[in-house]
Amino acid sequence: MMLQQVSAPHLRAGQSTEEIMLRVLLALVPGIIAMAHFFGAGVFTNIIGACIAAVLCESLCLRLRDRPLLLYLKDYSAVVTAVLLALALPPYSPWWLITIGTVAAIALAKHVFGGLGSNPFNPAMVGYVVLLISFPVQMTQWTAPSSLAANPGVWDSVLAMIGSEAYDAVTMATPLDLLKQNDGFMVSALWQQYPQFGRFSGVGWEWINLAFLAGGVWLLQQKIFTWHAPVGMLAVLGLMSALFYDGGSSSSGGSPLFHWLSGATMLGAFFIVTDPVSGATSNLGRLIFGALVGLLVYCIRVWGSYPDAVAFAVLLMNFAAPFIDYYTQPKPYGYQARDADK
Amino acid sequence: MTAIYSFHGGIHPEEHKTESSSSPIQTAPLPRFLILPVSQHIGAPAKPVVCVGQRVLKGERIAHADGPLSTAVHASSSGYVTAIEPHLIAHPSGLSDTCIIIETDGHDEALPASSHPNWRSYELGELLELIRDQGIAGLGGAGFPSAYKLNNDNIQTLIINGAECEPYITADDRLMRERSELLEQGIAILQHITGASEVLIAIEDNKPEAIEAVRAACEHQDWTVVTIPTKYPSGGEKQLIELLTGQQVPGGGIPADLGIVCQNVATAAAIAQAVIEGQPLISRITTLTGGCVANKGNYEVRLGTPIEYLLKHSGYSLEQSQKVIMGGPLMGFTLPSLDVPVVKTTSCILAPSKTELASEACTQACIRCGHCAEVCPASLLPQQLYWYAKSQNHEQLKAHNLADCIECGACAYVCPSALPLVQFYRAAKAEIKEKSIEQRQAEIAKNRFEARQARLERDATEREATRAARKAEAKTKAKQDSRYADETDPVQAAIERAKAKKARLQQSGEANSVSNTLEELKAKLERAKFGLEHAHASGKEEKVLTALAASVGRLESLLASEQAKQAQAQESSE
Ligand code: SF4
Ligand code: SF4
Repeated sequence: MMLQQVSAPHLRAGQSTEEIMLRVLLALVPGIIAMAHFFGAGVFTNIIGACIAAVLCESLCLRLRDRPLLLYLKDYSAVVTAVLLALALPPYSPWWLITIGTVAAIALAKHVFGGLGSNPFNPAMVGYVVLLISFPVQMTQWTAPSSLAANPGVWDSVLAMIGSEAYDAVTMATPLDLLKQNDGFMVSALWQQYPQFGRFSGVGWEWINLAFLAGGVWLLQQKIFTWHAPVGMLAVLGLMSALFYDGGSSSSGGSPLFHWLSGATMLGAFFIVTDPVSGATSNLGRLIFGALVGLLVYCIRVWGSYPDAVAFAVLLMNFAAPFIDYYTQPKPYGYQARDADK
Repeated sequence: MTAIYSFHGGIHPEEHKTESSSSPIQTAPLPRFLILPVSQHIGAPAKPVVCVGQRVLKGERIAHADGPLSTAVHASSSGYVTAIEPHLIAHPSGLSDTCIIIETDGHDEALPASSHPNWRSYELGELLELIRDQGIAGLGGAGFPSAYKLNNDNIQTLIINGAECEPYITADDRLMRERSELLEQGIAILQHITGASEVLIAIEDNKPEAIEAVRAACEHQDWTVVTIPTKYPSGGEKQLIELLTGQQVPGGGIPADLGIVCQNVATAAAIAQAVIEGQPLISRITTLTGGCVANKGNYEVRLGTPIEYLLKHSGYSLEQSQKVIMGGPLMGFTLPSLDVPVVKTTSCILAPSKTELASEACTQACIRCGHCAEVCPASLLPQQLYWYAKSQNHEQLKAHNLADCIECGACAYVCPSALPLVQFYRAAKAEIKEKSIEQRQAEIAKNRFEARQARLERDATEREATRAARKAEAKTKAKQDSRYADETDPVQAAIERAKAKKARLQQSGEANSVSNTLEELKAKLERAKFGLEHAHASGKEEKVLTALAASVGRLESLLASEQAKQAQAQESSE
């Protein structure tokens, strides 16, 4: 009889990489539903288009790199990237926009660097930024939330996706745009003037962000990631907006609640800065990483030239992650201060 | 009650302990052949003192400890020595080592034991020697010779390790339940030897019966039985120390640096047997468990019992089995063959069914999720270590403290990508060790070269100096000759000159040649020593090792005698 030779340990915990990825997808569901509720079927066409493009692109890259297809497709990382990118794009994006973004995310940001685990930048955010720089018009046309104007139907969203101009969606400036373009109005006046504002931030956006928050909290509870990066980001974002709220004057940057519940804040805090591959390694590192993302998000939103900033902030911090790692390497056993007594 | 601290990380794998812990310890039957490796411990192998064909009794010493970092081996039953030869031993890479093979005669006739009930009146050295000669090595972990570890007079705290944190293993659990009196005596001896003022007995809270039994047995002592939370690897020496004292063993140091010594419960019991009853270490309690073992439980097994024999006895179904693990599922290793013996460190034999443990999962890329770093009890960054081990970046491996990895396997246990992390670390550690040996060899070569260069230079200048001196001499001579030509007898003068020259040559030449030989010998010895170390590290055959060791010995004695000669010469010249 041949005895099998395997190295220790012979026990493994149940969780696998695909399970983690599947849970991340599951956690996105509430947010997706909320988005679809406010922006219509275009959210789904975005997701479907991005997923198809991602799987095709991933397969092609794997084939080119001579890797086993099924094994790697099975880790669902391409799908997660695709969904995250799709959620960041304005609904009813045409197919070519989606495809270019996905290819940039999968091929350029991931496979060029050696595939999953080796990418220094967050793939979805690379895709997003490539699109934002190349196609600023398409990338800033957000449909009006359903409570303000009727959303296009399913058929229209398909038309939109294949690039036909035959549908007529009402696009509107997002609350972040409005706050940015604000000149001379008190925050409360702004609120009264534009219907896009809701109770705390934008109509719809509040709910969408809360839904992503719920999904994120569930992932935290499932121990998929630690609290450090999201808390760091949200804390600093809140702190900055509190500091510069300025009593709601015309030069106010908006309240903490407004920033927390606007744009891609919650999606970013729980699904983007928690990306382990391109983030910092240690817990302290993650806290710093998240905090600096929060800082950058605020600065770019309020003083930069783009209304939302999660993608830029994350990419910038991806650059800094190795340095953060270098300075936050935990002290191993036996080298920690003796006064470890607690 | 001592305060309980905590250590970083750790995991909570399924325990699987009840399968084997519910029945009392049974005695395993006597096999026909006993295979006793001379090296069942860390350190120098024991030296066989029996010859083939000799009859030995149970408990008779068949190999004695070779130096302080070594321990003896005893016959675990009566019979005849049939061979002293390399035999496959329990080692992850299927090594062979010198084993003394005894064909048992079934009488199990024992050597009369010399008990030492009044051990308290013994000298410390005597007790330590007794422990060493009775073959006691750490039964919980790696088999470190106990006498060596206990020989330290800076101990304030004695920690008795009854954590037994690995899943499946219950040998210590049963021992504590059934032999708590013996354990108590052993601890008393340990306290006496170390002079520790504080004794802490640590048991994981998943063994309430054991805690109860040990508490009862140690009631009259001022020791503390500490219940520690169940968490792997709380039984790791360093982790246990942090758990109990809140202190960390300094990097590169040993527990004694903190005034602490740890001993496993089974070792303590074995010490009591060895000292009080005079019974050497010839058997141990081993857990037989896993889906392929019908009669799971704990067995008192004679050292040297072939695993195959033992497994058959416990109703092992061969067909079902794929692998057999010696040790626990987290740190144990798969046996290359069942024809290997139970040794002093065999705490468990685990024969899992096909579906029982982790199947060979396909590994995926590291997604840097950091789960590994969260559970690492050494507070390392396993994902970074993995990365650098893969790219063989030894610099970074050192910077990330690979050496402090205790190979507990917690990181690989949680890794969602099923990466064989520990395997990478072991390979990297071996590489680094290999490289440092090479480096040292290169250094020696370089030193030798430089020494030779210096010697040559010195010789050259000396020659130059002699030549100059001779010239000058000749000059003065010529002067003298011409001046006192008629005053001296030319023959007498020639003889004088020749004598002087001879003396001069002898002096310088001799001193030179003596120091040369010494240097050469030293270099040779260094070379031989490294050859030996290298051979040890790369697991060369026993024959090669002995040959190398012999040559080292020879060179050492040669060097000593040369040195003595030189010293004498110096003395006499003075
Ligand atoms: S647990 Fe595995 S996948 Fe996660 S960071 Fe560690 S090595 Fe990488
Ligand atoms: S095996 Fe080494 S790196 Fe992995 S958890 Fe244990 S100590 Fe840490």
